[in-house]
Amino acid sequence: MASIKLAPSKVEKLKEICKKFNNDKGELINVLHAAQETFGYLPAEVQEIVAEELNVSVAHVHGVVSFYSFFTMIPKGEYPISICMGTACYVRGAEKVLDEFKKLLNIKVGETTPDGAFSLNSLRCVGACGLAPVVTVKEKVYGRVAVEDVKGIIEEYKSLE
Amino acid sequence: MDKIKLTIDDTQVVVEKGTTVLDAAKSVGIDIPTLCYLKLEDTAFENTPGGCRMCVVEVDGRRNLAPSCKTPCDDGMLVKTHTPRVVNARRTVMELILSDHPFECLVCTKSGKCDLQTLAQDLGIREIHYEGEKSTYKGDESPGIVREPEKCIMCRRCETACNDVQTVGTLSALYRGFGSIVAPAFEMDLDHSNCTFCGQCVSVCPTGALIERDNTWKVIEAIMNPKKTVVVQTAPAVRAALGEEFGYDAGTLVTGKMVTALRKIGFDYVFDTDFAADLTIMEEGTELLGRLNKYLKGDKEVKLPMLTSCCPGWVNFFEYHFPDMLDIPSTAKSPQQMFGAIAKSYFAEQLNIKREDMVVVSVMPCLAKKYEAARPEFAVNGDPDVNVSITTRELAQMIKSANLNFDALKDDDFDRPLGESTGAGVIFGTTGGVIEAAVRSAYELHTGKNLEKVDFHELRGFDGIRSATIDFDGLPINIGIAHGLGNARKLLEEIQEGKSQFHAIEIMACPGGCIGGGGQPYHHGDIGILKKRQKAIYQEDAGKPIRKSHENPYIQKLYKEYLGEPCGEKSHELLHTNYFDKKKKIVIE
Repeated sequence: MASIKLAPSKVEKLKEICKKFNNDKGELINVLHAAQETFGYLPAEVQEIVAEELNVSVAHVHGVVSFYSFFTMIPKGEYPISICMGTACYVRGAEKVLDEFKKLLNIKVGETTPDGAFSLNSLRCVGACGLAPVVTVKEKVYGRVAVEDVKGIIEEYKSLE
Repeated sequence: MDKIKLTIDDTQVVVEKGTTVLDAAKSVGIDIPTLCYLKLEDTAFENTPGGCRMCVVEVDGRRNLAPSCKTPCDDGMLVKTHTPRVVNARRTVMELILSDHPFECLVCTKSGKCDLQTLAQDLGIREIHYEGEKSTYKGDESPGIVREPEKCIMCRRCETACNDVQTVGTLSALYRGFGSIVAPAFEMDLDHSNCTFCGQCVSVCPTGALIERDNTWKVIEAIMNPKKTVVVQTAPAVRAALGEEFGYDAGTLVTGKMVTALRKIGFDYVFDTDFAADLTIMEEGTELLGRLNKYLKGDKEVKLPMLTSCCPGWVNFFEYHFPDMLDIPSTAKSPQQMFGAIAKSYFAEQLNIKREDMVVVSVMPCLAKKYEAARPEFAVNGDPDVNVSITTRELAQMIKSANLNFDALKDDDFDRPLGESTGAGVIFGTTGGVIEAAVRSAYELHTGKNLEKVDFHELRGFDGIRSATIDFDGLPINIGIAHGLGNARKLLEEIQEGKSQFHAIEIMACPGGCIGGGGQPYHHGDIGILKKRQKAIYQEDAGKPIRKSHENPYIQKLYKEYLGEPCGEKSHELLHTNYFDKKKKIVIE
């Protein structure tokens, strides 16, 4: 028999979220948003429980999770790195900066390093176009980032480990 | 109802308001090509995503081509279904689909029966003008069904069968854009999912993306092994459909030719699952009478209605979806498994061979039977009661490989003792048949009277859910029938709510019962074919000299020489089983 392993407090929390939305299958996307806010990501176990609580198939839940780019099944790193790919940042070389992060961390966009330290994402405009290209790590914003700066940014957080 | 007049290709058409252009054209004999679109009459199957754009037509006054499956008719509409612009659009669509499709037609299981291939040929595609990335996915080789997602064209027919018709919920569209695919959650293998292996996804797949697991080579290996005695059993629905693979009209019975073909292929004994169906009636019928008698004596604990248990897709369904009701179905094994158990005990003893030296092959209209044969509880010390299960389609393949001219084969009869059957055994192949067979025997066993009229027309038909009350000499027995798992779910929910008025319910997973099984020749959307097979089954029943299971002389002999009483100790050991809760459990650490 297949089984799902999850800590009891997490299961309770998830059931509370479903209940808040009256276990209504029409609220699936809202439930998933709330669940991702709580857990940081949506592992298979979480999707199984949401399916059970809302009385829909887990295939349907995974269909929704894998369709919308906002949802992720990969846990974010301790230091989530986001590179702005908005127009201003892009024309000032954000893509090269992103490529350098990908190369040095050896992960793709949307992935997390195996040690769980860093995850990599792109986003659209943080409203600091004057500082383009912009990189954020957790809440900290780095402006006018050049390809040569990338190594230093990563080292700064590695030393905290 | 408002009537609408329109013109399609210079033909005047009058239809009811709300009719689509596609249906209006069909009503005057104009077949607009379709690909994703599929509606199965008299069932809940309706797949009209309007996604493939193959059915586009030109409508006078409209700038864009219109998908005819999604476009309702308007009064005075002028429709052209094959202008150069339309044909060009269809060819472009087809080329784009093929640009991301493997060119494996020569070795594809579906070749010659593939809707995509047929349409590409009809459109005269000889060159693909588009080149680009080809999608790759994780494949899946589960015991009954093989998924080859590279061949998927995202028509969503399988998803409709799995979710809307069968309410199983295994398949869903995952991901998006170029990477999208229909698969079980997290792309897990089907045998790790809640799949029932009913095979209805395979029945409607227009390409080779969903096919049966091919076991024909295992059969050939067994036949080639001189140490093995190879025994074959054929399910009732196979004889009513096999002929279609050789160009016969749907509903042509080919029982005799099939027997000859099996002998020529090299099976040592050609037996009939219908014999085991008669045996099932003895066990299931006795069990039903036992439960009824307890109930009539005021036993409140007794579980009624009793549900039939011959259909492995249905067994999987309740194990996954209704695990709180495991004590309601009959404990009788399916005819396939009863046959295996008797062949490897009673018959092996008669031949004086070890059970390990016998190979039991079953020919089934079904993909779930492959899964059922592999269930660990149906084996003794690792030796399965049924070694290999193949489908009607695979048998046709074997006959063709053996260069047998099917048309020229003479009719022959099954071997004895496990090839003798009654009309009651034959009708197991159609919805309503199992319960009719049970009624024929249970009536006589309960009342002690001779049943004059053995045809119970009130139990026959094609409606998804049917019911009838049969008079057992003053005792009214309420019978329910469902085919298609979505219909079964409705009856089960009634039982859960305590509202069910039935004493016995027959359930079959596929539309029409086994005649519409996932291993049968493809119907390509024509449900009329299933109805013709059904007619053929009743025709075979009517032509049988014995039509009640308990009157089968070889069944009587089997009980006398070997089993003792129906539902007795030996019968329980060999012919009954139990069920398992397969619902995923959430383990809290």
